[in-house]
Amino acid sequence: MLRTLPQRPETKASVANIPVARDLRLDLFRGLALWLIFLDHIPSNIVSWVTLRNYGFSDATEIFVFISGYTAAFVYGRAMQERGIVVASARVLKRAWQVYVAHIFLFAVYMAEISYISTSFENPLYGEEMGIFDFLRQPDVALVEALLLKFKPANMDILPLYIILLAGFPPYIWLLLRGPTVALAASVTVYILSWQFDWNLPAYPSGQWSFNPFAWQLMFGFGAWCGLGGAERIGSFIRSRLAVALSVTYLLFSFAIVMTWYFPRYSHYVPQWLADWMYPIDKTDLDVLRFAHFLALATLTVRFIPRDWPSLKDKLFRPAILCGQHSLEIFCLGVFLAFAAHFVMVEVSDGVMMQVAVSLFGIAAMIATAALITWYKKIEGRSPGSRPPPPDADLAGGEA
Amino acid sequence: MRAVFIAFVSIMLGIGAAAAADDGACAVAQNLVHADFALPQVETAIHEQHLEIAVVGSGSSSLAGPNGQSKAYPARLEAILSQQLPNVAVKVVAYIKPRQSAAEMVKEFDHILADTKPALVVWQTGTADAMRGVDPDEFGAALDEGVEVLRAKKADILFMNMQYSPRTESVIAAANYADVMRFVALQYEVLLFDRFAIMRHWSEMGTFDLFAATKNPATAEHVHDCLGRLLGDVILEAAKMVETAGKEVH
Repeated sequence: MLRTLPQRPETKASVANIPVARDLRLDLFRGLALWLIFLDHIPSNIVSWVTLRNYGFSDATEIFVFISGYTAAFVYGRAMQERGIVVASARVLKRAWQVYVAHIFLFAVYMAEISYISTSFENPLYGEEMGIFDFLRQPDVALVEALLLKFKPANMDILPLYIILLAGFPPYIWLLLRGPTVALAASVTVYILSWQFDWNLPAYPSGQWSFNPFAWQLMFGFGAWCGLGGAERIGSFIRSRLAVALSVTYLLFSFAIVMTWYFPRYSHYVPQWLADWMYPIDKTDLDVLRFAHFLALATLTVRFIPRDWPSLKDKLFRPAILCGQHSLEIFCLGVFLAFAAHFVMVEVSDGVMMQVAVSLFGIAAMIATAALITWYKKIEGRSPGSRPPPPDADLAGGEA
Repeated sequence: MRAVFIAFVSIMLGIGAAAAADDGACAVAQNLVHADFALPQVETAIHEQHLEIAVVGSGSSSLAGPNGQSKAYPARLEAILSQQLPNVAVKVVAYIKPRQSAAEMVKEFDHILADTKPALVVWQTGTADAMRGVDPDEFGAALDEGVEVLRAKKADILFMNMQYSPRTESVIAAANYADVMRFVALQYEVLLFDRFAIMRHWSEMGTFDLFAATKNPATAEHVHDCLGRLLGDVILEAAKMVETAGKEVH
């Protein structure tokens, strides 16, 4: 059992390139990303106007995947150096299993919701759309396909991506510790090949994964690369004026383009060659434009919010940081709350007030749950006879 | 939310559609209807006093029941345009097949255009592709191909996206497909009738109760009537833009 494991020696800076202190910025932005993902997952929600995707190419998904890669490298990279490849791989796979269980739990909740919504509903406007519930006539097939991660209903596609990314993580991190540049180059190569040869995994009942793991591994892999010292290597460039100028320019460009989506009459200001080259901006395969948009955001963040920014300890940011420190639990809760919010909007009211109310209530519930988990960890850590919690384990979003 | 924001900004900028729908309920969404691009073939057809429009779509372009056909938006569009263009012979023909994907519709285009020569093709799509989880890339490629086929046959095009269907919103991931349609529309300068935003606006403003479980077709018929009216407005407005646009260029 875990409890009988001998206490691990305190981590020393034996690994020069793995930072020791916890970077609260990661928790903060992962917490914020979780809130934004929750808001975006509530269909037709007025509050989702505040979310990133309305102002530029990328959205909270990029932030979430990047930080997950960063922290996973941080935690499992150290484990691999201290305990070797077998133990570190076993831990990564255990984590992947936990995410899988969480995903199946959410699927059960989802099935309960839509089974309820689909019955006793009839409306002559929606004859075609109601056909989506046909799969409920074959629950056996739907369940097996869900267990195989092929059947992923709307908004249930980030966790399967995360499972695949974790499953493929041990060899990557092994390589990352030996030759960071080689590892990153390998990740970029897979990304390019996936575009070249249309690699993706099949989905049920048809189509492919809406987050292509062969493409999105780049974001995760890049995060891991940054987490194991890459950030320092490119640090001087990131903090240069040139990088800031490029980032600001690109963010403004992206903002202007996104505005033409809402006001198509201005789209003739976008030259035809640019439109032909640019569209479609693909989320499934992590379009380069989206990746670049994330880089620009990250560059400005690193430039203007230093690691030891005093306000990070401010009470104002505490709720988001708490959520970011328990990302798996809070992510799952967010998906569940988005279902619940949709359910309330369908059954009670979908007015603007209701949208604001369910959004605020949902975020409050996420914060309260994160605080509760923190409290649990604290009392368990203090109870007699138990081992102290492994250092920084929940940087990876929970237990290491 | 996007619709409200767009409506708000539109009002601020004073760029709402010029013509007003007769029906008060329909007019609630007037600000979401823009003639962003001109429809030159329609303009020519109006001049020649013979306007033929083809509606190609899936199940949501029709209504069930004995009166369904006359109450669905293609028939309503014909009635509205006939009324607004008293000197023009207006004919709207609907080619509806339930659950048909965009790629399958493109295959029908040749067949449709062989028999008739519509000045405008209203292409309602996206729902079936979203329900089947067709690869968004393939959906986009089908739209590209469709636009090229129709343009080669000298037909104007108007995209219509999915319905706002609150019950199924957490099951059908429509947003990705709506985005693809928007991208293709921008790239080819195709007019997009944002049915999704319009209906969501109606729902939010309480104009129509789209959540009700009912067998009564009254609301569905009213919605289709409004869609037909708004569609008629935007088509006429875009046809009028042809002259103005011509002057701007030269």
